[in-house]
This record gives sequence, C-alpha cells and structure tokens, in this order.
Amino acid sequence: MLQGHQTWVFENRPVIISSAAVGGPFESKGKLAKDFDLLHGDLWLGQDSYEKAEKKLLEEACETAIKKAGLKKEDIQIFVSGDLINQIIPSNFAARTLGIPFIGIYGACSSSMEGLALASLMVDSRFAEFVLVGTSSHNAASEKQYRYPTEYGSQKPPTAQWTVTGAGAAIVAQEGEGPRVTCATIGRIVDMGLSDPFNMGAAMAPAAVDTIEAHIRDLDIDPSEYDLIATGDLGKVGHRIQEIY
Amino acid sequence: MSNKKRKKLTPTQQEYQDFASAREPKRPIFKNCLKAFLVGGIICTIGQGLIWFFMTYFDFNEKTAGSPTSSVLIFLSVLFTGLGFYDHIAQWAGAGTAIPVTGFANTIASAAIEHRSEGFVLGVGGNMFKIAGPVIVYGVFSAFVVAIIKVTIEMLGGM
Repeated sequence: MLQGHQTWVFENRPVIISSAAVGGPFESKGKLAKDFDLLHGDLWLGQDSYEKAEKKLLEEACETAIKKAGLKKEDIQIFVSGDLINQIIPSNFAARTLGIPFIGIYGACSSSMEGLALASLMVDSRFAEFVLVGTSSHNAASEKQYRYPTEYGSQKPPTAQWTVTGAGAAIVAQEGEGPRVTCATIGRIVDMGLSDPFNMGAAMAPAAVDTIEAHIRDLDIDPSEYDLIATGDLGKVGHRIQEIY
Repeated sequence: MSNKKRKKLTPTQQEYQDFASAREPKRPIFKNCLKAFLVGGIICTIGQGLIWFFMTYFDFNEKTAGSPTSSVLIFLSVLFTGLGFYDHIAQWAGAGTAIPVTGFANTIASAAIEHRSEGFVLGVGGNMFKIAGPVIVYGVFSAFVVAIIKVTIEMLGGM
C-alpha cells in the first residue's frame, strides 16, 4: 500500500529467509571476511575473463542462498538481479544457468535494495511465493567499464573508492524465520552536477539523504525510532557529507 | 573545476559542491610534486646512464643514443606493467612516472592487457591506443600547426 508520496508499506511483511555473500581476494583480507559464505583467492575464478568471473560469483551466491533456505531452484518463481556491466550480462547469464524466470534491473549501487523492494512487492501482493534477489560486481570488470585499465598507472585522488569483487543474494518469502521487510521508499535521482568518477561518495550522498528524508516524512516518524540508519557504502567522503545533513 | 563549467550549474548545485569539497580530503599537492620530482629525476638519471652506456660500449653518438635508451625504458615500463606493479609505483610517483616515456608505454601496455580477453584483433588491436590515441592525435595535429606557422613565416621572409 502506498503511504505518503513514495513509500510502500507491506501489510504481509515479507521475510528474508536466507542470504549469501561471495567475495574476492581483496575482500578476504578485510574486516568482514568472516561474514562471507565463500571467498575466492583468485580474481579470475578460473575463468578466462573478469566478466565471466563475475557471472560465477553471482551464480555461487544464488546457489548458496537457495541451499541455505532449504529450497530447490524450482521452488522459486522469480529471480530479480542487476550488476554494473553493460546490458547486465552477468545477471543474464546467471539467470540462464539458474533457469528461473528473470527480471533484470539496473540501479548501479542501489541495485541490491531496488531488487529487495521489488521482490517484497511481489511477495506481499502474492504474485510470488519465493523471490530470489541478487546483485554482483567485480573490481577489475567495473574499473574497465567505468574508468581506466587496471594496470594503467594514473594517480588516483584520495576520494577514489574501491569497487567490490563479490556477489550477494537473498530469498524473500511469505513466511519463515528472518528479518521482515516492512516498507520501502523509492528514491529520486538527485544530481548535484558532480562529474568526477573518482568521487562517487559525494555524488551519491545527496540522493541518499533525500530518500531517507522522504522515508521519514512519508511514514511520519521520528528518526530516533530507528536504532540504526544505514546506507550503501558512500565512502569516507560521502558518509561525512551525509552525517552533517 | 573551471569557471565555465561552474556557470552551467544551478545555485543549489554550486552550494552543494562547495559544501562537499570542503569535506573531501585534499590532494597533497606539495608532497605529490616532491615525489614526482624525485621519481622523474631517477628515471631521467637512469636514462642518462643508458646514453652513456650506449655511447661508451656501442657505436652511438650523443644524437643517436637517444633511440636505444628510450627503447630500454619503454621495455622496462611494459615489463613492469605486465608483472603488475607499475600501477603501484605510479600511484606513489604520480607525474614522475607519467611524464617520461615510461608513462606512454604503460598506457598502451595496460590497455592491451585489459582487453586481451576480448580477442587479439577487436580486443587488443582495437583498444590498445584507447588512452594513448588522443595523445598521438593531438601531438601530430599540433606538430602540423606549428610546422605550418613556421613555413608561413619563412615564406614571408622572416627568420
């Protein structure tokens, strides 16, 4: 049900019954390494291109999520997925492997939440019983897509961020154990005219703030009702900007 | 950001950009210059050493020794790019590795490696000059313009 201007409130409160995360070599050295289901030491994942490696990451994340939920591929009605490559090819090829009816989305960094919002909508409205949501990214494939070759020796400014090598998947269901999705606010594009691909944090922060404000306005609640308000990684710069707003 | 670019932005956008840039870590310009000077200097010293080497042990004079010297530097730069540590040196050195011939070799080698997975003709062949291409285009073009100016002045009886 729509509440306010842009917020969906899910009356049946869909459940995220399982989730999975797969990471690459850089992630395995990070502080969150223990939280991954599977980590790869090889950036290529034994494939002959980084794009194929990304597809494999996504497939593994999806299969792990399905296995953790104790389901079979056939139990899932819809697969919603997006990534950062042209024509979202890793998602399409992963969908080919899985053989689940597929809805491809593109929201760059917001793909994962966009997917969860759409999946919750489908489950809440009972158009699906189980929806698999996935998203993936590969550092080398994304750098190639958006910036310079990985071995190119240009000096990156201090605002540059690192694109993750990894994939995540979750299953949204009508009933079960796990966190419930109660509502979703769909955000607007907020363009503050930043054009530096090495400063994504500052470019994305205004939209994040706008969406959080809209969420609080639509639901008519006080921000203090939440224990924690989290955004996707805006980097150090974007996070600092957002905190001040 | 240039003033011309700024004028196209709305006042809100300008205000936000000032707000954001006040919260960004600044590029350490002085430190970067110092590092670039140091590394660029070292590369040029190696180059000078190579010139001396080619003049002493081979049949080169001061004018012709430049070619084998840049070949050696280009080879080393491509080798380091291929071995995967050129970009780490360059992140530290900045303009120090970008300005000498090593930077140019790296742009071509890195693009070639990057697009290897797309095949040898359309991948490597088609993308090798992705970054170096503009340098060549405008290098040749500006040389052409300067040459035209020189010829014109000479024809008019100058110089």
